[in-house]
Amino acid sequence: MTAPMTEPMIARAADKRVLPTPFHARASALCQTNCWSSWNAYTVVDLYSTLEDEYFAIRNATAAFDLTPMAKYRISGKDGLAYLDKLMTRKMGKLTPGRVMYAAWCNDRGHVLDDGTVFHLDKNHWRLCSQERHLDWLLATAMGFDVEIHDESAEVAGLAVQGPTSCRTLKAMNLEGIENLKPFQLRYFPFDDTELLVSRTGFTGDLGYELWIEPAHAEKLWDALFIAGKPHGILPNGGQALDMARIEAGFIQAGVEFVPAAELVRPDRGRSPFELGLGWLVHFDKPIFNGRRALLEEREKGSRYRFVRLDIDGNKPGNEAFIYNGKKEIVGHITSATWSPSAKMNIALASLKMPWGRPGDELYAEIYYNRELQWNRLMARCKVVNDAFFAPPRRRETPPRDY
Amino acid sequence: MKKYDVIVIGAGHNGLTNAAYLAKAGLSALVVEKNPWTGGASVSRSLYEGWTYSNCSYVCSLFRPEIYRDLELARHGLQVIPYEGGITFMRNGDYFGSYSDTERHYREIARHSKRDADAYVRYEADVSRQTRLIRPLLLRTPPDPVSFKPRDVMELIYLIRTYWDLGEDILYDTIRFWTMSVGDFLDEYFESDIVKAHLAGSGIIGTALGVYSPGTAYVLLHHYMGDVDGSVGSWGFARGGMGSIAKALAAAFQSFGGEIKVDAGVDKILVANGRVKGVALENGDEHYANIVVSNLDPKRTFLNIMDEKDLPGDVVRKARNFKIRGSSGKLNIALDGMPAFYGMAEGHELLKADFHFTDSLERMERAYDDWKNGTWSKDPYLDTLIPTQVDPTMAPPGKHMMSVFVQYCPPQVNGRDWTDEKRDEFGQTIIDQISEYSPNFKDLILHAEIRTPRELENEVGLTEGNIFQGELTADQLLFNRPFPGYAQYRGPVKGMYMSGSGTHPGGGVMGAPGANSAREILLDLGRKNIVPAALNDE
Ligand SMILES: Cc1cc2nc3c(=O)[nH]c(=O)nc-3n(C[C@H](O)[C@H](O)[C@H](O)COP(=O)(O)OP(=O)(O)OC[C@H]3O[C@@H](n4cnc5c(N)ncnc54)[C@H](O)[C@@H]3O)c2cc1C
Repeated sequence: MTAPMTEPMIARAADKRVLPTPFHARASALCQTNCWSSWNAYTVVDLYSTLEDEYFAIRNATAAFDLTPMAKYRISGKDGLAYLDKLMTRKMGKLTPGRVMYAAWCNDRGHVLDDGTVFHLDKNHWRLCSQERHLDWLLATAMGFDVEIHDESAEVAGLAVQGPTSCRTLKAMNLEGIENLKPFQLRYFPFDDTELLVSRTGFTGDLGYELWIEPAHAEKLWDALFIAGKPHGILPNGGQALDMARIEAGFIQAGVEFVPAAELVRPDRGRSPFELGLGWLVHFDKPIFNGRRALLEEREKGSRYRFVRLDIDGNKPGNEAFIYNGKKEIVGHITSATWSPSAKMNIALASLKMPWGRPGDELYAEIYYNRELQWNRLMARCKVVNDAFFAPPRRRETPPRDY
Repeated sequence: MKKYDVIVIGAGHNGLTNAAYLAKAGLSALVVEKNPWTGGASVSRSLYEGWTYSNCSYVCSLFRPEIYRDLELARHGLQVIPYEGGITFMRNGDYFGSYSDTERHYREIARHSKRDADAYVRYEADVSRQTRLIRPLLLRTPPDPVSFKPRDVMELIYLIRTYWDLGEDILYDTIRFWTMSVGDFLDEYFESDIVKAHLAGSGIIGTALGVYSPGTAYVLLHHYMGDVDGSVGSWGFARGGMGSIAKALAAAFQSFGGEIKVDAGVDKILVANGRVKGVALENGDEHYANIVVSNLDPKRTFLNIMDEKDLPGDVVRKARNFKIRGSSGKLNIALDGMPAFYGMAEGHELLKADFHFTDSLERMERAYDDWKNGTWSKDPYLDTLIPTQVDPTMAPPGKHMMSVFVQYCPPQVNGRDWTDEKRDEFGQTIIDQISEYSPNFKDLILHAEIRTPRELENEVGLTEGNIFQGELTADQLLFNRPFPGYAQYRGPVKGMYMSGSGTHPGGGVMGAPGANSAREILLDLGRKNIVPAALNDE
């Protein structure tokens, strides 16, 4: 599949169970395991070779991840910024052209619909990038604003290029001046008779970039990237390795740490930004934004949940474990867990009932594991960690060091 | 002059681990190191511009994860990257590859012997069982079997019970395992020469014994008992070379207020009235402390930097009899590009792991014969890696660094001291062997560091160049390491301790001897133990 998919093609494509991304031919050539999964109707690689190799490509060299299935919305018009300010809980005023901001948006109950990045591409042009699809909500919020909202998900192919040698790799691809791009900045580079958009963003908490291009040029981009990256250890990475990296970075994921509010059958199961550790994204000093009233009320009355990052004793992964307090009461559960090869810790993200998760609280994860048909149960002590589990200084350096 | 609570002699990784725990417990600690750098045999140095070598040890698996986590070595910059498998090139142009994926591994063995492919399951279960038995002992102090102290008795009971619970036959297996040869052991599982040759390498590395010498099966186990991120038996690269481990340990030690003095070789441990009082350096300086820990091997500790007059006669005798024979050499090579190997596709993933060129036990035994005859092996066993295929920090992009561990290389050549000419001849033997399998290897060599036991001894202070600070044979393991009666890290003089690989659980970049020794020191001082216990390995 090299030709760009047009909207009508997408519509027709429903007769297929899953869609290929514009990198499909390249990804399948490198995928040795046949482990694929589907994401927003696309089929993407879960594991190319081994989890270790792919994970360490992210943390030791350069890893490329196909993020084309992300939902992408073009927001255009002179009211764009005002619109975004209404949509997002965060003040978007600092989002000048050439910058990217991370933000979350809520429904009227103050529950998170999703989180994502907003790119200020150009005067009066923005792009919202998120894991889930939201056109319905975006259009509903647009009422009264002079903006146009267009779902461009299928018109933009994306590759995340992350890792300590990623800047070197892009330099070797002749992206001149790439080393001066600061975190949350974006820049256009000429590539293959078109424009390549590069943003210094990512989901790994490491030095890294995201590359965006028209689907027709996707394969050429992949090829150029892999040729340039060869001496710098580039490997493709699938979803499994990315998940480890994002948990180490302490990032939440839609559908995992929270259920996108639009999907909720039981409305009380949603999570507010405060309950996801995103309080820093809520700015009450703007007069109006979706969910403001509910969030104000929550600020006064208190939240129901607390999002925490846990360092768990021992080395048994805590996936889906209940969390207990010192009185043996269940106070929450783990949403994501992994062994962290870079922090050398048994780490997890968890949702705890208030007030649990304060510094010094005694907490235990109830972990079950099976060894040759014998089940064991473990109450592993947990410590709340304030920041990312792994946060190398290179992620913020400009220009970044060579590796 | 300032008086310290403790002085540790030698900034090898065990000395640093020991000192880090003592400093973390609140003691004022000084580490004195003879070289201008730290790390001992866990060191990275740049000898050719743009390249970094792991000059001695080169891969990591044994380092205790409990210490790694507890001392926050990740935060202090340490990253260990696992690699999979290995490869043995054969004289007939074929090769045997070892993969981490079970089914792939099965198919590869089956190419050489279908029966061996099935036998491998039994082999792996048996070896894993033995590693499970030994792993919990690594962070424990061996009991003294003739002592009636409650702690020793309890520890002995723990040991016996661990084995008893598994049944009588496991105990027999274990005793056999600890005493038999790796060749005999492998013969019980496999028929294919190449499969045996590939597996046997771990049984002779660093050891002055041949594949059919009793005791080498244990050496194999010693190389299988580590892990990377919980995957037992896996090995990995320390990013930036093995010196990164020592660097992270030094940073942890310094974060607890510890002090390191380099270029500070110790001449003597000062003893007065039957207890230590400090150290006298070669430069004449003296430093004082009530506790002195030696991270040197037992021979150097008791016969070089201690006065025989201060020691009981049995210790002097045991130190003299301690087996510490040099049997290994090392080449570190800067390469202008990635060498090609006959029969291997460019970029084959197996090339990222260890490769060897010895395809039969017979050839391995012959290599040992040369050592016995007082010369280096003319057809040596090599453990070769090119870590720069993974690690971007040790050579310029597109260039490579090769690490070649050589078995066997004697401490003297035909009874005479090594000369530079002989050393270069030795290096050439290795380069020639590799060239037989790689057409462009020789042309790519930009620089080579050639190390015989002479260089290892002179630089690291490993007597005879023995890489483990003493042979890993049953008579020198557990409560016999370094000698019976002194296996609990305490020296024969009050206030004197040992922390190096010459103590339990032995050689390798492991950190366990240093940590165990710190635990004993804290116990003697009546302080709370802060050294972590072994992880639940179930
Ligand atoms: C060539 C080689 C390859 C190896 N490969 C591996 C491998 O790949 N993986 C692995 O796990 N293990 C390997 N080993 C074994 C491992 O490196 C050692 O067992 C381990 O590093 C020893 O650490 P240590 O702290 O006990 O002692 P050492 O590292 O021996 O430390 C002793 C320190 O004391 C210093 N010293 C000596 N005399 C004095 C003095 N008088 N005064 C002050 N300081 C002094 C030395 O300079 C040194 O720094 C290898 C060893 C060698 C030599």
